[in-house]
Amino acid sequence: MNKREFLKSMQGLILFFPAAGVLGALGVDVQAQEAAPAPPGTPDYNPQDHLYGMGIEIDKCIGCNRCVEACKAENDVPQDDFHYRTWVERYVIKKDGEVTVTNISRHSEAAREALPEDADVLRTFFVPKLCNQCVNPPCVQVCPVGATFSTEDGVVLVDANRCIGCSYCIQACPYGARYMNPKTHTADKCTFCYHRVRQGLLPACVEVCPTQARVFGDLRSKASRLVRFARMNKIHVLKPALNTEPKVYYAQLDGEVR
Amino acid sequence: MKIPEQVKRLLVVNAVLVGTALAIRFYVIPKDLVSTEVHRSTTVERELAKPVKFAGSETCVVCHEDEGTTKGKSFHRSLSCEGCHGPASGHAADPGAIKPPAPRDRKFCPVCHAYDASRPTGFPQINPTAHNPLKACIECHNPHDPSPPETPRACSACHAQIERTKAVSSHALLDCTTCHVTPELHKTSPRTALPSKPQSREFCATCHGNDSKQKDPPKVDITTHGTPYLCWQCHYPHLPEGR
Amino acid sequence: MTPEATAHLSELLAQVTGFIYPNEIEIHWSILIVVYPYITGLVAGAFILASLENVFNVEEVRPTYRLALLTAFSFMMVAPLPLLLHLGHPERFYEILLAPNLTSAMAMFGFVYGWYLVGVLLLEVWFEYRRDLILLSRRAPVPMRWFYRAASLFSTDISAAALAFDQKAIRIITIVGIPSAFLLHGYVGFIFGSVKANPWWSSVLIPIVFLMSAIVSGIALVIFLYMILAALRKEQVDMKCLDTITSYLFYAVIVDFTLEALDFTHRLYESEESVRILGSLIRQKLFLSLIVLQILLGMLVPLGLLIVAKWQKLSEDGRKLLYFTAVILIQVGIFSTRWNIVIGGQLFSKSFRGLMEYKMAIMGLEGFLTALLLLVLPFVVLAVLIKLLPTKPLMDEAHTPA
Repeated sequence: MNKREFLKSMQGLILFFPAAGVLGALGVDVQAQEAAPAPPGTPDYNPQDHLYGMGIEIDKCIGCNRCVEACKAENDVPQDDFHYRTWVERYVIKKDGEVTVTNISRHSEAAREALPEDADVLRTFFVPKLCNQCVNPPCVQVCPVGATFSTEDGVVLVDANRCIGCSYCIQACPYGARYMNPKTHTADKCTFCYHRVRQGLLPACVEVCPTQARVFGDLRSKASRLVRFARMNKIHVLKPALNTEPKVYYAQLDGEVR
Repeated sequence: MKIPEQVKRLLVVNAVLVGTALAIRFYVIPKDLVSTEVHRSTTVERELAKPVKFAGSETCVVCHEDEGTTKGKSFHRSLSCEGCHGPASGHAADPGAIKPPAPRDRKFCPVCHAYDASRPTGFPQINPTAHNPLKACIECHNPHDPSPPETPRACSACHAQIERTKAVSSHALLDCTTCHVTPELHKTSPRTALPSKPQSREFCATCHGNDSKQKDPPKVDITTHGTPYLCWQCHYPHLPEGR
Repeated sequence: MTPEATAHLSELLAQVTGFIYPNEIEIHWSILIVVYPYITGLVAGAFILASLENVFNVEEVRPTYRLALLTAFSFMMVAPLPLLLHLGHPERFYEILLAPNLTSAMAMFGFVYGWYLVGVLLLEVWFEYRRDLILLSRRAPVPMRWFYRAASLFSTDISAAALAFDQKAIRIITIVGIPSAFLLHGYVGFIFGSVKANPWWSSVLIPIVFLMSAIVSGIALVIFLYMILAALRKEQVDMKCLDTITSYLFYAVIVDFTLEALDFTHRLYESEESVRILGSLIRQKLFLSLIVLQILLGMLVPLGLLIVAKWQKLSEDGRKLLYFTAVILIQVGIFSTRWNIVIGGQLFSKSFRGLMEYKMAIMGLEGFLTALLLLVLPFVVLAVLIKLLPTKPLMDEAHTPA
C-alpha cells in the first residue's frame, strides 16, 4: 500500500468513523514520515495531507481580547456587539454554586472591567470561543444548497455566492459560532483564517495571543505544535455528547463551560 | 386495455412539462452553475484571495532586527509585534507610507496587566490606580524588554487588590510579612520563589488564642472554636470580619 | 448594518437575561417561519379530511369534499411564499432545486412540495373537476369558455365509463396522497425535530405532533369555511356532516393533546441538562402563548365545547354556535403551537444560561403586516377558486348553473 492509498483509506475511516479522525490522522504521521507532505504556501500543497485544528489552554488566557480585535480587523467582521467569529467568556463560579458568565468581548466598559477579588468566588477564568471546525459539522449537514462545506484540510467554509440566507446552519450550530453577515446577507463564521493558513501564516487570533493560550497546527504533522499540545495536556472538547467531533481542543476545560 | 382519453391528455401535458424541466436542468443550465466541485474550488480561491492584514512577526524582524532580538530575550518574547502595534501588512508592503501605531499612554498596558481575579495566578498584574499613577508605563518599562527597572519595595505594587481589601479590615495594621515569609527572590522572580502561607490553626492562635500575650485581638478557645476546620475556611484573612 | 438594525439589536441586548452566546441576539426565524408550518399544516389537514370521503367512504362528509380539496390547494399555493420572503437571498431560491444538498432536510422542500402540489393536489382537483370543466366549457360565455376548455386539457369524454375512471383515479391519488400529506407536514416537523443543537426542537415526537396538529387545524379550518360559506349563500348547513366532522376534530384534538402531553412529561421526567432553561423559557417567555393560548384556550376549552355540544343534546343552533367558537379557538391554539415551537426555540441560549427576546416588527418584509397578508392571501386564492370551480357538482345539461 503506498502512501496515497493509505491516506485515501484513512479518509474513508474519517468519513465513516469520525471518532477515529484524530487518531487516524496521528497514525498517518507515523506511516508518512519518510516524505513530509508539502507545507502550506508551496505549489505542491495537497489539502488531503493536512488537517487543521486549534488548541486552547484555559489557564493561559488572560482575557485581553487581542484575539477578538485581531479577528475583527483581519476578517472584516462588523465592529458591533452582535457579530463575532471569536469571543472570550468570563466564568465566575461562586461558593454557593452560582455560575455567572459574561462576554468580555463586548465594547461596553462594564463588560471589559476587571473583576475584583471576592471572597465568595470559588474559581474564575476566561474561555475563548470560536467555530469548532467540527469533523461532523451539523451546519454542513443541514445546508439545503451545499453552500457550506468542509475543505479537505478540515476547515468549514461558506460559499457566499451560493448561500441563500435561510439561517438553518445558524440554528443547527450548537456553539453559536455562526452569524448572518449584515452586508452580504449570507451566513458567516470563523475560517481559521484560511487565507493566512494556506500561506503558511498563523490565524490572526493565534498570531496576536500574548500568552500563547491558542495553539494552531496540523493534526497530520507529527512536528506540529498542536500535536505536541494534545500530547502534553489532557484535552476536552465542547458538547462532546452531540458527536460533532470538534477540532478545537481545550486544556483545563471546566465542567461548567458549555 | 384501452387508455382513457383524459389520461392520454394528462400524459402529454406532463411529458412536456417534465421534459422541459429536465432539458433546462441538464442542457440549458451550464454545468458550472450546478457543479459542487466548481463551487467549492471557487470558494476556496475566493477565500485565498482575501487580503492578509497581520503580516506576522517573522516579517517584522526582517527590518526591525534589533527590536526582535531584544524582545526575543525578554518576558515579552512570545508576544507578536502586531499584538501591540496593530495589523501591519500595509506597513510591510510600503514602510514609508504607512506607519503602524505604537501605544504610549497608560491605557494600553493594563489591557493585559491590570489586576483581574479571572486571570491565571502568576501572570504579572498591577493595580493601575495604585501603581505609579500618572506616569506612562514606558517611562519605566521598555515594552520590548519590560523587566521592572527596580525591585518593588512594597507588596502592594503587585498585590494592590489584596492591600486595599486588607486596608479596610481589622488586619489593616499588620504587615504582609506578619503572616507570609517572603524570600527576597520573590520580588525579582515572583514565580520561582513563592511566599509562604500559614499552615495551621495554631498560627492564628498566636494572636487570637486565649493564652495569647497580645492584648487587643479578640480571643477564642481554639480547642473548641470551629473545630475541626482551619481558620481561613471561615475567615478570609485579608478581611476576617467578612464571615 | 443600518443604524435602525443596530438600534433594534441594542434594544434586544438590553433585554437579555443571563448569558447568551454573542451571535445569538438576532432571532433569525421570524414570524414568517411561524406562518409557514401553520399554512402547510392547514394544507395537510384539509387534504386528509378530503381523503376521508374517498378512501374510507365516509359519505357524511361528502358536502365538504370539494371545499376541503380547494382549501388544501389554495393554501398550498401560498405555502412557499413565507419561506421565500425570509431568505437573505430569495433570488437564489432555485439553488435548492438545482443542486440540493442530499443530507439536508430543508433541501427536500422543493421535491416534497412539487410532488404534493402537482402529483397529488392538482391531479386530484383535475380528475374531480374534469366533468364540470367540460360542462362549463359548453355553457360559459366566451372568455371563460376558453379558460375552461384549456383547464380541461380539451378533454370531452363525459361518458359513464370515463367518469367511473375519474373516480377510480381519484381513489388511487388519495391513497398515494395520504402518505404524501403525512410526508409534507411530517417533513416540516423533521426540519425542527432533527436540530440536535436545540433541545426545545430536538425530539422524535415533533414530526408526529406537527402532523396531528396539522390534521386538527385543517379540519377546523374546513368546518369554519363550510359554515361561513353556508351563511354567505344563505344555505342550510348539513348537520349530519357537521356532527361527523366535529367528531373527527374531537378525536384529533385528543390525540394531539395526548402527544404533546407525552412530549412534555417525557422532557420533565428525563430532566436533562436543558430542563432548567426550558422551564424558565416556559415561565418567563411563553406563559401566555403556551399555557394560556395553546393549551387552555386552544385545546382544553374547545374540547370542553365539543363535549358539551355532543352530549348535552343541544339544539342545532346551539351546536353550531359551540362548533364555530371551538374551531376559531383551535385556530388560535394551533397558531400559538407554531409560534411556541419556532419562536420559543430561539428564545433561549444554546449555552442553556440565558433567554433572548423577540420583538416582532410591524412593517418590513419580515414584519407583522407581511405575515397578516400571507395569512389572508390563501383566502383570496380560495375565493377565486370557488368562483371558478363550483363546490357542488353541476347538474346535468338541462339545468343552468347557479
